[in-house]
This record gives sequence, structure tokens and C-alpha cells, in this order.
Amino acid sequence: MTATATRPAPPRRSHARRRGISRRTREMWLLMLPALVPVLLFSVGPLLYGIGLAFTDARNTRNHETSFVGLENLWELLSAADFWSSFRIGMIWAVSVTALQFLAALGLALLLNENLRFRGVARVLAVVPWAMPPVVIGLMWRLVYHPDAGILNSLLGTEINWLADFSLALPAIIVVGIWTGMPQTTVVLLAGLQGIPKELYEAGEVDGASRWRRFWNITLPQLRPVIVAITSLDFVWNINQFGLVYVLTQGGPGGQTRLPMLFAYEEAFRYRFAGYASMLGLAMAIVVLAVLGLYLWRQMREAR
Amino acid sequence: MRRASQYAALAAYIVFLAFPLVWLLSTALKTPQEMALADPTWIPREPTLANFTDAFGEQDLVGAAVRSLGVALASSVITVLISLPAAYAMARYRGLVNKVAIGWVLVSQVFPFILIIIPLFMILRDLELVNTLPGLAVVHVTFTLPFALWMLQGYVRAVPVELEEAAAVDGATRLRSIVKVVAPLLAPGVVATLLFAFISSWNEFMFALVILQNPDVMTLPLTLVRFTGPEGVARLGPLAAASLMATIPSLIFFAIIQRRLKSGLMAGAVKG
Repeated sequence: MTATATRPAPPRRSHARRRGISRRTREMWLLMLPALVPVLLFSVGPLLYGIGLAFTDARNTRNHETSFVGLENLWELLSAADFWSSFRIGMIWAVSVTALQFLAALGLALLLNENLRFRGVARVLAVVPWAMPPVVIGLMWRLVYHPDAGILNSLLGTEINWLADFSLALPAIIVVGIWTGMPQTTVVLLAGLQGIPKELYEAGEVDGASRWRRFWNITLPQLRPVIVAITSLDFVWNINQFGLVYVLTQGGPGGQTRLPMLFAYEEAFRYRFAGYASMLGLAMAIVVLAVLGLYLWRQMREAR
Repeated sequence: MRRASQYAALAAYIVFLAFPLVWLLSTALKTPQEMALADPTWIPREPTLANFTDAFGEQDLVGAAVRSLGVALASSVITVLISLPAAYAMARYRGLVNKVAIGWVLVSQVFPFILIIIPLFMILRDLELVNTLPGLAVVHVTFTLPFALWMLQGYVRAVPVELEEAAAVDGATRLRSIVKVVAPLLAPGVVATLLFAFISSWNEFMFALVILQNPDVMTLPLTLVRFTGPEGVARLGPLAAASLMATIPSLIFFAIIQRRLKSGLMAGAVKG
């Protein structure tokens, strides 16, 4: 009503709009500027510089002539047994944490969606890891896994040094990864569950579909976009994980939990091979993008 | 029967989620004598707060907390100040810029931190900002910026554009309409974003580890790790106590943010 009343005559309006667009653009850039400058200076710039470093023999020490070495870092990386073991550990870690965390979170979300008693307690607990600093989570689990004063050995009646055991350290940190990542995944899945129209279930019940069938034929397909989004994000976060595992094991024992980012951190800041570490980061980014692209492409094709 | 199995599953989840927390709390309240027992107890026999006071003696916790507070305050305020106009532009002027900004938010999630931190370290070193708190604040601003932009543009979008148009019809300048009409409606979103940025910085470990190597400038997460000592010969009580204290701001944040989550998602979950 007011819109039609205040609309100016057509010729005047088009003239005003043409002039308005350039002013609007100028305004927009002016508004973007305060954020744009630091982003370009301290994020986009460094990222591009980092990609460039991957092709040099750069070191972190001040007085070092950096020269372009092409793909030398990549060949060195691909021929390093250390890199491959770290890559393998990273993949085992990221895939198992993402998958197990998803399954655990789906189960919890389904339970929280039911009308159960003590649901409130579980809800609070399910978001607590979210509210904790990752360093505290790492230290807390070190207390749980502690060989003498830890509760786990006492509960199981064992005398295992979990985080220092060659074959148990990786599974032990995977459990911590699941614990840490569950809140976010649970909350996202719960939101997805609550977005499914009730009528679908009612129709399913009328048709005599069993509970299991309803889960399989209604819940999962309806949840699909949410599942794809959260598992992709979880995978990216897990493969790039650093802080939690640094606090838990620093990559030990004997590199059994040395995730790719821990490997890169050591190369860059302990041994000071900045170019080499950058190539490692670049290679991981490409692998992540490829895995993610393939996964999203398959999901999209199947959804059709 | 089905109910029973559901309750069993729920109980298993509650145990899995709670037992590390209970253990942390229990460890924080134990005397060194009780800690040394061969068979650890869940509930401390003689609960003590000595670990909390000891924690301050073992590391410079107060200094670290003050430094963390300074960095988190500075970086969260700067993040919100610079991302507010940009978020407004993203929400109100659709088009290429919006797409590029969203693309950047996604890219910033995918790329490994090592690709950014090495050049950033070199830049900060040249600016003589390595081992300084302003250096870390700058890094925290840039790493919270994408998500803050994302949050804020969502809040701006939720303010009906018609309100601004109505103000414009009434003769208000754009700036005036933003300040008088949009800003008040945006306030809760700004607070939420500010808290998010604050907590991200307060909790942040990775960048701090690289940029702050001198114990005199370490933030709280770095200082906590120092409690573990070389080869894990830590005094566990003070370590647990300090960890609990470091979690308090995040818990307050969650108590506040919880009320704002109107989706009903976690309604009734946290009353505080």
C-alpha cells in the first residue's frame, strides 16, 4: 500500500536508480573495507604466500636466501616414510573419528528426540564438551588415561600406559576425538530430526511400516542433507586437528599418533623447514578437497 | 521392553559423557596422599581446595588469565567492530561480494592452519610482533573474522529491510536509519558474536603455541600445558584445578548463549 503510494514516476525512478547503483557500490566497498584489509593482509595474503612457500626451500630463520625449487619439496615428501605413516595415521584418525562420532551422535540425537526421562541431563552433558577449552579436554583425558592415578586402569583392572602404548595410543585418542566432537554433531542432527514433518511418520504408521522401516525409509532420507553437511565438516576439522592431539600425546609414542598437522608443525617450527612444511599443508589441502569433492559428488548423484 | 533398551542406551551415553568430567572434578579435590593410592577413589575422602591455591603457586595462572583476558577482549571487540559494517554490506547488497565472502568463509575452514601460520609467523617476526600479545590478538581477529561475519550477516538479514525503507521514507539518512532502527534490533546478535569471538580467543591454543614461546607472555591454554611438566611428571591435583578454573568463562558463555537459542533445540537443557 505505502509502496505504491510512494513510488515515483517511472522516468525519474530509472534515472535515480542508475545514479544510485554506483553510489550503492561505493557504499558497499566502504563498509567492506575495515574487514577486507585485515583479511587480505593476515589471511588471504599469508595463504597465497604459504602456497608459494611450498615451492621454495624457505626456512624460518631470518637470514636465509630463499630460492625457488619447483616440486622438489613434493618429491621429498612423497619419498619420506615419515610422511606416509603420518598420512596413514591422519586418514585412520579422520575417517574413524568422523564415522564413529556420527553414529554415536545419531544414536544420542534419536534418544534425545524421544520423550524420555533424564533427557535433560543427557542434553546438558552432550553440550558440555563444546563449552570446554580443547586444551582442558586433552588434559582431562590425560588424567583419565593416567597409568597410575587414572580411573580407566582402575575400572578395567589393568596397568596400561594408554597414551604411551604403541598399539593403543591411536584408538585411545580416537575415543577422545569422538567425545570432543559429539556435541556439535548431536545438536545438528537433533535439529535435523526435529525438522522432519510429523505427517510422514503418521503416514508410515498408517501403512503399517515397522519402526525400523520408518527409520530407514523416512528418517535417513529426510536427514540426508544434514548428514552430508555435518560429516563433511567433521572430516575437514578432524583431518586438520592439531591442538587436542598435541596436548594428549605430542604425536607419540614413536610417532604413532603424529597426525599430518603435528608432522607439519614439527617440520616448520622444530626443524625449520618452512617450504617443506608448506608443501605438506598444500598436499593435505588438495587431498581433503579431493576426498570431499568425491564424497559430495557421489552423495549428490545418489540423491537424484 | 523398547523403553528399557532406550533407557539403557541413554544411561550408557550419560556415563560416557560424564565420567571424564567427574574424574577431573574428583582429581581437583583430592589430597596428594589420596592421589597416591593404588586404587583410585571416585569421591575424595577428604575433599580439599588446596589444589586450587597450589595451582596459583605452580604457574603464573593469574598473569596468564589476565593476558588471555586482554587478548580475548581486544580481539573480540576488534573483530565485531570491523565485521559489523561488512556483515551489513553482505546482507543488504547481494551479489558478487556476498558470494566471494561466503566462499572465503568456507575456504578458511578447509585449509590447514600450517599454510597460514608459517607466513603469518614470518610477517609478525618482521613487524617484531612475535612473542607479543598484540601479535596474537591480530591473529585471533583474522581467525574469528570469517565466522563472525557469517553470524552477523545472518542477524542483519533477520532485520526486515522494510524497517529501513520506512525510516528512509520518513526522511532519515541511511546512517541514521542504521543507528536508530537496525542497531537496537541487532544488539542480541552482536552480543552473541562478541561472546563467540571472546571464547574462541580464550580457548585458542594452536596459534598461541607458535607465536608465544616466551613463558612471560603465555596465555592460559599454554600455561595449562606447562602444568604437565617434562615427561608427564605433573602434579595432577593442581593441574585439574587449573583446568577447571580455565573452563569457567566458557561455561558462563554457554549459560548465556543457551537462553538465546530460541529454536527450542536445547530448551530446558541448561537453567542458569
